[in-house]
Amino acid sequence: MLLFVEQVLNGLQLGVMLFLMASGLTLVFGIMGLINLAHGSLYMIGAYVAATVTLHTDSFLLGLAAALPAAALTGAIIERVVMARLYAREHLDQVLATFGLILFFNDLMVILWGRQPLFMNVPDALAGTVEVLPGAPYPVFRLVIIAVGLLVALGLWYLITRTRLGMRIRAGASDRETAGALGIDIALLYTGVFALGAMLAGLAGAMAGPILAVEAGMGESILILTFVVVVIGGIGSVRGALIGALLVGVVDTLGRAFLPDLLALVLDRATADGAGTSLSTMSVYILMAAVLVWRPKGLFPGHG
Amino acid sequence: MSRSVRTSARRAALAAMLSVPLALGGAASHAFAADEPVRIGMVTTLSTKAGYLGADVRDGFMLAIKQGGGALGGVPVELLVEDDDRDPGKGREIADRFIERDGVRIMTGIIFSNVGLAVMPKVVKDGVIYVSPNSGPSQMAGKGCHPYHFNVAWQNDNLHEAMGQYATDAGLEKVFILAPNYPAGKDALAGFKRFYDGEPVGETYTQLGQSDYAAEIAAIRDADPDGVFFFLPGGMGINFMKQFHQSGLGESVQLIGSAFSADHKLLNAVGEAAEGMLNSAQWSPDLDNPVNHAFVEAYMAEYDAVPTIYSQQGYDAALAIGAALEATGGDLSDLDAFAAALKTAEFESPRGPFKFGVNNFPVQNIYLRKAVMQADGTLRNEVQGTIFTDQVDAYAAECSME
Repeated sequence: MLLFVEQVLNGLQLGVMLFLMASGLTLVFGIMGLINLAHGSLYMIGAYVAATVTLHTDSFLLGLAAALPAAALTGAIIERVVMARLYAREHLDQVLATFGLILFFNDLMVILWGRQPLFMNVPDALAGTVEVLPGAPYPVFRLVIIAVGLLVALGLWYLITRTRLGMRIRAGASDRETAGALGIDIALLYTGVFALGAMLAGLAGAMAGPILAVEAGMGESILILTFVVVVIGGIGSVRGALIGALLVGVVDTLGRAFLPDLLALVLDRATADGAGTSLSTMSVYILMAAVLVWRPKGLFPGHG
Repeated sequence: MSRSVRTSARRAALAAMLSVPLALGGAASHAFAADEPVRIGMVTTLSTKAGYLGADVRDGFMLAIKQGGGALGGVPVELLVEDDDRDPGKGREIADRFIERDGVRIMTGIIFSNVGLAVMPKVVKDGVIYVSPNSGPSQMAGKGCHPYHFNVAWQNDNLHEAMGQYATDAGLEKVFILAPNYPAGKDALAGFKRFYDGEPVGETYTQLGQSDYAAEIAAIRDADPDGVFFFLPGGMGINFMKQFHQSGLGESVQLIGSAFSADHKLLNAVGEAAEGMLNSAQWSPDLDNPVNHAFVEAYMAEYDAVPTIYSQQGYDAALAIGAALEATGGDLSDLDAFAAALKTAEFESPRGPFKFGVNNFPVQNIYLRKAVMQADGTLRNEVQGTIFTDQVDAYAAECSME
């Protein structure tokens, strides 16, 4: 039972991380109709900047404070220089161009920082574990990640449904021409939304730095799961991204944790281990297929 | 008009870019003649995340050439290096080009066994001596052994086997074992179990390239082991060690692994969480013998970096080739004679005693190392003892060579 609680927490934490990535991706995808494979590069930039600044200043907060604007600024530059030329093009062109950006940024990181992974540790104040239930210690830093993710979700909901800027974003999404005719600067709005998504990816990267290896190409492993989240949640829906991310996080973690043991009830141990490992690798994709059969446009189609 | 001018200008620029490497390639492809230096072809992995492995092999090899004044064993050599991108197809293309275009008769360099298995069996059949500085798959050590194939590093299972022996010797009764779900991961756990005198309390295969190990760490806590053996090369191992330490398990559970998870570049990316990690290797920078002291000092002077096992393996590949070149006077017209000279080659390896076994794989000692914090705040491996003396790999008996 304690193990189950711990694994659910692990799943939530992975889900929250995915949400930080997916919220930006789904906004850009839904509002601008743009497939951005380079979203993982912004995550990587967040992690690199946070690791470097933290190493030199000994302050995780300063690292975070540097990583967010760095990712947002990079996002804004990418949008102006590359993406602005791609809105009218086909998705295939967008995929090609943003795939090129992945290669560009991975090599840029190697040139600037070298091939050796960077060191980044959990800040002292957040190191250690707490007992979430008696006998179930859990790392404080992972709990903080969950809290930060939920706060961001709340903040995004407020921004989009309760503020003037959010209204413009929604207007730009549902009818770009009319919104433009009513005096909304669409180009500026798009740059802003892209930078916001980039900043959230940078936040995810900076938060991941103490847990993961900070190295070139680190964005790709999370990117695929992020796309799964966006598809499950419904393209363009921040609410869908949240629900989808938590679902994917929990299914992936519980699958890895318990599938081999569950299968061992009906199969012999060696077969169960092999089949369990393979099945758990597939679990999120099976989830995605099931959701798409039930709701072909995802859980929350449209914008919400 | 302006558009078409721009397009054609762009085309011209593209054509120029494409033609530069072709021209360079052309310049390098002049005919092979006997009085020229002996060409050695190095197919290795320089790009991708694992690129530093190949770079270290190359640097170790280059150091030996430099110490010989551009020669190995007194015979002038020219090293051709190309990046295989960890791609078997690309590795094979490069090998073909080395053989056909450059007349290469000696090859080395491959890091990963998937590339190795695409290249090594083929080139030795084509009449090339191959000296592996890293990849040592069982296929080349057992029935598939070949008189032209040599390995100066280890058979792939060796370092894992040593940790199994260590776990047995240290009386670790409850060990949890963990590796990615791919052939090398399965071989690692099989190698560990071959010498571990007990039943692991848990055995988990993770996804290749996995970054979050929270689920596995929770399972480890639940199994309550006294040691965890893991084989998670590169970034996977960094992720795992960091998260393991953060879970608080590091204080009561000993982490053990092979040198592949614990070169000092990886250790320092993990930081204090890696302190105290035990790992096995055929060599260590602090190994106490005069040849090694000289090697480490020369390497640090040349590259301003501490050598890894990959540097040492590259260096030894060059020394072994050098010894055979010296014995044959650089004559590659009779490759059987060259292979025979290589098999009995005597050279002073920084690892200490070394010789080739029946299957041309190393017979050597495997040491236990520990990650120790240095005065300057960095981690370095230090030798704790010898696990195996003159170890012969598990497949040598299946090899029909003498």
